[in-house]
Parts: sequence; C-alpha cells; structure tokens
Amino acid sequence: MNILVCITHVPDTTSRIAFTNDNTEFDKNGVQFIIGPYDDYALARAVELKEQHGGKITVLNVGEAETEPTIRKALAIGADEAVRVNAFPSDSFFVANQIAAVAKQGEYDLILMGRESIDFNGGMVHGMVGELLGLPSFSPVMQLDVEGTTAKITREIEGGKEKLEVSLPFVAGCQEPIAEWKIPNMRGIMSARTKPLNVVEPTDATVHSQLSKYELPPAKGAVKMIDADNVEELVDLLKNEAKVI
Amino acid sequence: MDFELNENQRLIADMIKDFGEREIAPFRNEWDDKQEFPVHIFKKFGELGLMGVLVPQAYGGSGFTYDEYITVVSEVAKLDPGIGLSVAAHNSLCTGHILQFGNEEQKQRWLPKLATAEWIGAWGLTEPNTGSDAGNMKTTARKDGNEWVINGTKNWITHGKSGDVAVVIVRTGEVGDSHGMTAFVVERGTPGFKAGKKEDKLGMRTSETAEMIFEDCRIPETNMLGKEGEGFVQAMKVLDGGRISIAALSLGIAEGAFEAALAYSQERHQFNQPIFNFQGISFKLADMATKLECAKLLTYQAAHLKNNGKPVTKESAMAKYYASECAVSFANEAVQIFGGYGYTKDYPVEKYYRDSKLCTIGEGTSEIQKLVISRQILR
Repeated sequence: MNILVCITHVPDTTSRIAFTNDNTEFDKNGVQFIIGPYDDYALARAVELKEQHGGKITVLNVGEAETEPTIRKALAIGADEAVRVNAFPSDSFFVANQIAAVAKQGEYDLILMGRESIDFNGGMVHGMVGELLGLPSFSPVMQLDVEGTTAKITREIEGGKEKLEVSLPFVAGCQEPIAEWKIPNMRGIMSARTKPLNVVEPTDATVHSQLSKYELPPAKGAVKMIDADNVEELVDLLKNEAKVI
Repeated sequence: MDFELNENQRLIADMIKDFGEREIAPFRNEWDDKQEFPVHIFKKFGELGLMGVLVPQAYGGSGFTYDEYITVVSEVAKLDPGIGLSVAAHNSLCTGHILQFGNEEQKQRWLPKLATAEWIGAWGLTEPNTGSDAGNMKTTARKDGNEWVINGTKNWITHGKSGDVAVVIVRTGEVGDSHGMTAFVVERGTPGFKAGKKEDKLGMRTSETAEMIFEDCRIPETNMLGKEGEGFVQAMKVLDGGRISIAALSLGIAEGAFEAALAYSQERHQFNQPIFNFQGISFKLADMATKLECAKLLTYQAAHLKNNGKPVTKESAMAKYYASECAVSFANEAVQIFGGYGYTKDYPVEKYYRDSKLCTIGEGTSEIQKLVISRQILR
C-alpha cells in the first residue's frame, strides 16, 4: 500500500503566542515546533497500516527549510521518504494545490493528514485536496481499516458517529483514537538521516489570500463572586451584563 | 566546532520528553517514596534503544556516539535522576565493559541481551572497605581447573539485586598490585551468586543499589574479560567513560533545577512583582546559566575526545567534577529560590536536591576527581 501522509509544522501546544512586525508576523523566538498533533495520528495509523499490509509511506510538508527537523522526526517515526514543497504555506487553498500536485506524481492508495492544523485550525485542506484530485474525502476519521481495495472508516458527525465503506483511493483528515502517537526509537532516529528528503518547488505560487494583521483574543476578565443566596443578582448579571441568557 | 545540538540529539531529546511525560513523570514521586526500581521502564527503554546507545547495531545496539549518549543520560536525568543513573550504569559500566574488553564470542553472547534490556546489567568494583581505594579489594577469584571460584562481597552496586548479569572485578593476585585483579562476567542464577541488602538511600531512590555476595561461586574461564591481571586497568578505562556518564547525569539535574527555578522566579510574585526582578534572585540564575554552559562544554569536550579515541582521563574527570558540583549547588539554589515550596514534594526541586548529592560521590568522589586531575596535570 502506498500512503501519502501530509504533515504540518506547528508551534508546540504550550507555546507562548506573540506577534512581531506590527502584529503581522508570528514571533517564533523561543518557540518549539512539532508535527501537528492530528497529523501525528495520521502518521501513526499509516505506520500501523504499513506494518499490516506492507508498502511505503511518503511524508509531505509544504514549508520552508526550517521545517526539515520536523520532517526528519516523521521519518524517524516510520515514514520511508519525504517530500518538502519549498514554499511558505500561505493558506489552505495554496497548500491543497501543492499537495494535489505531489499526489498526482505518485499512485497513492491513501492520502492521510490531520483533521486540521493547530496553528490556523482551518480544517479545509483535506476537502480541497479531494476536490482537486477528484477523490472522496472524509473528516474527522477516527477509525480506518483496510481490506483489499476497500476501507472501513468511522468518522465523527454531529451528535454521533458514521461508519462507512469506501473504495481506495481517498483522502482522510484524521483524529484520535485512530491510532496511538508513536515515539521514534533510536534506530528510527539513526535511519532517518539516510532516508530521502526531496525538495521540490511549488507548482503554482499564486496566493489568493492576504494576511493583514494578527490579534490575540481579549484577556479573560476578572471573576465576579456572587453570594450563593443572591440568585436574583446572578440572573440579572447573566442576562444583562454577560448576555448569555 | 559546532556548539549546537545535532539533529539526532534534538530528536532523542524530544523522544525522551514525549515518553517521560507519559510514562515517568506521573509516577516518579510514588517510586521515589517507596524506593521502587521501575524495571518495566527499562524494558521499554530497551525497545526504544536507550539501553545500548553506544553498542553497534551488529550487537543489537543503537550505534551512536558519546554525543548522543550524553543527550540520553541528561534528558532522562532531567525527568528522574535515579532512572538516569540506572541508564548510565547499565550503558557505560556493565555493557561498556563487555563492549570494550569482551572477545567476539562474549560480545555476541551478552551485548544483544543488554542492549535490548532483556537483561539489566550490574558492575561491581566497590567493596565495603574499599571505595576510592579499589586496589585493596578483598573479593578473590581462585583458579580451579577450567573454572574460577569467587568469594567476597561487592557493595553500592547499581542493580545488585535486579541485575541479570554482572561484571565484577576481583583479586586474582597480590593485595595492592594493580595487575592483581581480573574482570569476570557472572550471570544471575549462577550458584553461589546472590544479592544482599538493598540500600535505603537519601536520593536516587528509583535506582536500585544493593550488595552482591559471592560464596564459592564457580564460573567458567570463558567468562573472563580480557586477560588475567587486567581487571583494574580495564576498570579505570571503563570509569574514564563512566565519568562522562555521571557528568551527563549531573548536567540533566543541573539543567532541570535551573529551568524549574527560572520558571518559578517569573511566576512567583512578591511585593507586586515577579521575584526574578530582584537581583538577589536573578544573579543566582545568571550564575547558574553561566556555569551550566561551562559544564556542558567540559562534558562535550570529553565526549569529543572519547569519540575520537583520544586520552580522556583528565577531561572526563574535570567534566564529572565540575558538572556534579554544579548539580549539587544548583539544586541547593533552586530550593532556595522556591523558598518554602521548594522544601516540599509538590515541586521537583526537593527531589533534585536529594538526588544530586550522589553525583559528587558515585564513580569517584569530587576529591578523587581532583586527585586524577592533579596527577594528569603534573605530567
């Protein structure tokens, strides 16, 4: 089985978020970057599927040279080779175009990625990639098993779960509990150095969106304590000040 | 000269943090409290390749250099110094001795089991009455046909009880003769080889320290490492590498204590400001940051020499001496910065404070390191 796993290079979940250059750039100073946690699930499932069915895992990232340590980690975890599209991942459509262009070069049975990145949390790329390739796409996929040329998947839908049987190939945006995150071992780390990491230039560099400014969410206000006996005041504040009832 | 961590080291550090957050951090206080040696963690470390870091892949190891080995020991130590100590002892003493001085058959026989943590390794040099003065050891091995018969007691042995295999250095010649000692490998289950008392320790309580007792313990000649009479010289060479281990262990503790104190100094407010704003606190941290870099440079220098097969006795003694003294003083200052909270088990610095002290004692006290350094600089 030939699997393409698309990964994002995102700030660690505990990073302090700040902006520079008049709030037009994310401040990377002191920030540690990781494989997107949802992408990590996709990669972990790909490794398991490869263990079961054999085949090859190609990991793909759209990013500049600074993302290579993150790509190496994916290789250490178990991907066989990597492709980096040498471009800043400006927006979902741009990224989806790059992924689709790479995907067309190989015959992939599965194209897996996280259900969303954890920086911009767009959650759109898998759907766009599906459309661009004329393939079905599913998200968020919580279970994925392959038998021959079909896959049984479970995805989360509003208020429940949906079980589907799908023919390969298709695109899936993954989330837990599709697999357990994998920790690379020392052999994986050693072999990651010698696995191919091919850098390709973007096919179409058109960017359709433009970033004007970042803004942090407003700071949380102070907590107002109300006496337990004073229900009237509580209702009044919820209705007229917080406007939630 | 590159002063930054290489890509392997960064990946290894990440791997250990990821593993440790899930499998070690939630349990370490309980293990420490009960003085429990978490064998299952070492088995998992075996799967990850952390128990044979320096062992070539041909023998089931990971085949890395001392650079990556330092990262392994210091990152594990940052999570839990006791587990870091056990990783260091397993890798550099028992496994390291067989790797350096075993013949091909011996390497094939023991290294794959050690590198994968199927077996945990112990190493026995110290005795009740001979710590720094190893040359006066009392444990003996007497030749009887094709066998050797060992009698005596080794103590302060890491994994003395749980170890599946031990390298022991025993007397085969005259007392005081540095060529009168020989190294043997003894497997658990050999008649006459048993564990004695497990020590109840101040710190490093997640690492097992126990006695190993030999009573007419018969082992075949094929278990001798190298030649008869080479044991002490071999042990000194093993300890040259072992000192890099303890320097790395100390680095992990020092860095852990420093990072905890630095973070706390910015969170803790007194007189309406973070305590970091007071020079009484920030100067302590500035000193720690500077000394930490010195300790790292000394340790990586020793690793660099070791990787290139150059003499490392002086440099590894310097690294071990300096880094271990840093670990103790940083842990002390960190508790001071945390104040009352630092004196409780709610924060990690209390444990660093207890654990760190081993570093200036084990594998050669600071005084012995100075003795080694002074002998070396006189040449």
